[in-house]
Amino acid sequence: MSNKTVTEIELDLESKRLSVRKPEERFDVQGEMSDDERIEKAMLNFAKDFGRVSATYMESCIHCGACAHACPFYEASGDPRHTPIWKIEPFKQAYKREAGPLAFVYKTLNLKPKVTVDELKNWQELLYDTCTMCGRCTLICPMSIDIATLVGMARHAMFHAGLVPHELYTVTEKAFKEGSPLGATPQVFEDRIEWMGDEHEVEMHVDEDQADVLVLMSSIEIQKYPESMAATAKILNHMGKSWTFRTDGYEATNFGMLSGNTAWQKDMSMKIINAAEKIGAKLVILPECGHAYQALRWQGANMYGKPLPFQVQHISEFLADAIDAGAIKLKTLNKSVAFHDPCQVSRRGGATPAPRKVLEALGVEQRETESGGNMNLCCGGGGGVITIHRADTLRYKIMGNKFRQLDATGAEMMVTSCSNCRQNFDDSGEKLNWGKEMNSLLELVADNLVEEAK
Amino acid sequence: MTLLDFARGPAMQIAIIIFVLGIFWRLVGVWALRQKKDLSEPRQKGAWIGGIKGLFVHAWPYKPFVPKVGTQYIVGYIIHLGLFIVLIFGTPHMLFFADIVGFTWWTLPGGVITAVSVITLVALFVALAKRLVNPVQRLISNFDDYAAWFLTTAPFVTGLMTKMNLWPHYETGLAIHILSVWLLLIYFPFGKLMHSFWFVVSRYTTGSRFARRGGMS
Ligand code: HEM
Ligand code: HEM
Ligand code: HEM
Ligand code: SF4
Ligand code: SF4
Repeated sequence: MSNKTVTEIELDLESKRLSVRKPEERFDVQGEMSDDERIEKAMLNFAKDFGRVSATYMESCIHCGACAHACPFYEASGDPRHTPIWKIEPFKQAYKREAGPLAFVYKTLNLKPKVTVDELKNWQELLYDTCTMCGRCTLICPMSIDIATLVGMARHAMFHAGLVPHELYTVTEKAFKEGSPLGATPQVFEDRIEWMGDEHEVEMHVDEDQADVLVLMSSIEIQKYPESMAATAKILNHMGKSWTFRTDGYEATNFGMLSGNTAWQKDMSMKIINAAEKIGAKLVILPECGHAYQALRWQGANMYGKPLPFQVQHISEFLADAIDAGAIKLKTLNKSVAFHDPCQVSRRGGATPAPRKVLEALGVEQRETESGGNMNLCCGGGGGVITIHRADTLRYKIMGNKFRQLDATGAEMMVTSCSNCRQNFDDSGEKLNWGKEMNSLLELVADNLVEEAK
Repeated sequence: MTLLDFARGPAMQIAIIIFVLGIFWRLVGVWALRQKKDLSEPRQKGAWIGGIKGLFVHAWPYKPFVPKVGTQYIVGYIIHLGLFIVLIFGTPHMLFFADIVGFTWWTLPGGVITAVSVITLVALFVALAKRLVNPVQRLISNFDDYAAWFLTTAPFVTGLMTKMNLWPHYETGLAIHILSVWLLLIYFPFGKLMHSFWFVVSRYTTGSRFARRGGMS
């Protein structure tokens, strides 16, 4: 394939999952660079955030192969190339050759050959199509290696070497040019807030000068699940909170983080941080989005260079606290519920107990899946995988396994708290005739709010 | 100088020097790297407790994984326990160490040591067979994996041969046994055998990082 960068493709707003249309011809290599340049860029950017932690992980693998059995992709495909640690093999090779304490031995004796561009091209599929960075492999690894973090670093390298899948590159470019990966520009955002305010008759707060709470949304909610905005507004109004949306800081997804461009990542986080500081916010509420939680809750302060001057909560944590404090009361829902844990919020984010508290307050009978909570099986759509058309077949197969686990609980209702997971359930559910629906925890709470309590 | 003198003399000194310096170099080479401080607000205090916990929880697979890797873990434990028992509780080995540390300890009868050695050897061959047959392990294995296996297995084979007097010349046989151990020590710092140190560092790192956040351990 040529090095041409014909990446412009239109958004596909009809499909259940939000991505660009299927490219007629794929351009999975970007920019004009010589092979040597690509390798150099890849290695430089891989090494950039390399520290003691990643080096320890690079040293520790004993090639036992256990990690394969925790990975939803390997479990669905049975392809040994989908073994988690194999996904970073070229980078492990480069580390041993160029950076590790024994690099001089490997290099002088040429024990580890130099990584080539062809090798990296072959690994594109392994790094982007078959890993959601869900972190399940760490649970099974006898050495506790955090492979997801290493995959993230390898992706940074690939991005700078211009070796990103076509669709993913296109959305990232859109995010950079338009401020939103999926067409949720400030104008679209404002229009949709107004629409939801009218439709649900809730009072919306936009661009207030002063507020205690800043509420963010991700492109997926704005475009696919705008009811989230109404639901959040309804609950916050009911609690009598001083809150606002800000058109100068609303996009919770961070494509700088996704694409591995730290300068962009910082820009995007700073937009939010500045908006929050301007209005004197004490709390920033993140929407039902796993990746946003990683970006602001766990990486925000590191971008800012000091601790954040406000608290950051995922909406499920906010709801759990509100229930604990008696600030909201919920009607009892006489149903059995199975909860799907979004990997980045639960296993890799630590907010696992919050949704369970909320469900308890709803009085439902909670049914855990066979491997639930921090052990949860990833839906297979995170980490941008859902945008890649080439990855569809395997993604549906993973979802097949997921459906079986959920169905086995016999629960009447399925709930999650990540809209990216949710759109994957919607898309795959349609494809595989699941016949059930994945619900939003937030919307469930809003729908069952006891309003006369005030 | 006989081969046995060489094995007990200069070979041992060289092996131990490489072993110690090599391990030191490899550990320090990683620990000397800087690590950016995590400025995010921790969910809870006492991340180090999670680190310590991490050392233990990964010693046995979590429940959903037991059907898939339980047997592999058992084979692994047999290998490592066998190694430990023969090395510490074999009478000739105890005497060797006693010379260095200056005191003796209780040992197992020779027959038991022989039995343990045979079981360990079987487990080692099972592990090798799995590595060669299992498509995942076969793909991800490299020279180091086979070298580490060979160098761990060799002292068991030569040790048993010494014990059972299977060498044409006992002293040379013993020398070969001893030399096979020094070879293991020399290779140790350069490959995956270092996992006996890294497992502490790696498990602690993940355990403490995620204890700070909550979530997995
Ligand atoms: C269509 C738009 C999106 C694309 C193309 C995309 C792409 C990506 C990419 C490339 C990564 C890898 C991150 C890295 O390299 O560090 C990632 C991570 C992730 N994304 Fe997305 N993403 C999209 C939207 C979303 C949204 C809206 C959500 C949540 C609602 C989400 C959930 C996640 C999660 C949970 C991760 C892992 C987070 C991490 O630890 O970095 N994604 N995404
Ligand atoms: C775990 C691997 C092993 C290690 C690291 C090891 C280490 C050693 C060492 C360092 C010596 C030298 C002692 C000296 O200088 O006299 C030795 C001697 C010996 N080992 Fe092993 N050994 C191993 C396995 C075995 C096994 C499996 C057996 C047989 C069951 C065995 C039987 C012996 C015997 C009989 C001697 C000779 C004692 C003598 O006559 O001085 N070893 N071993
Ligand atoms: C106390 C420290 C040690 C720990 C925690 C440890 C842990 C492990 C683990 C978890 C495995 C993977 C087993 C599997 O495939 O499931 C392994 C493999 C192995 N270990 Fe250790 N180990 C230690 C010390 C040693 C030492 C001192 C040696 C040799 C001198 C050794 C030799 C081996 C070998 C050869 C294998 C590979 C077996 C195969 O080919 O599958 N280990 N170790
Ligand atoms: S992070 Fe998840 S998807 Fe990626 S390799 Fe590990 S188990 Fe597989
Ligand atoms: S489970 Fe851990 S040690 Fe085993 S092969 Fe995978 S990464 Fe390596």
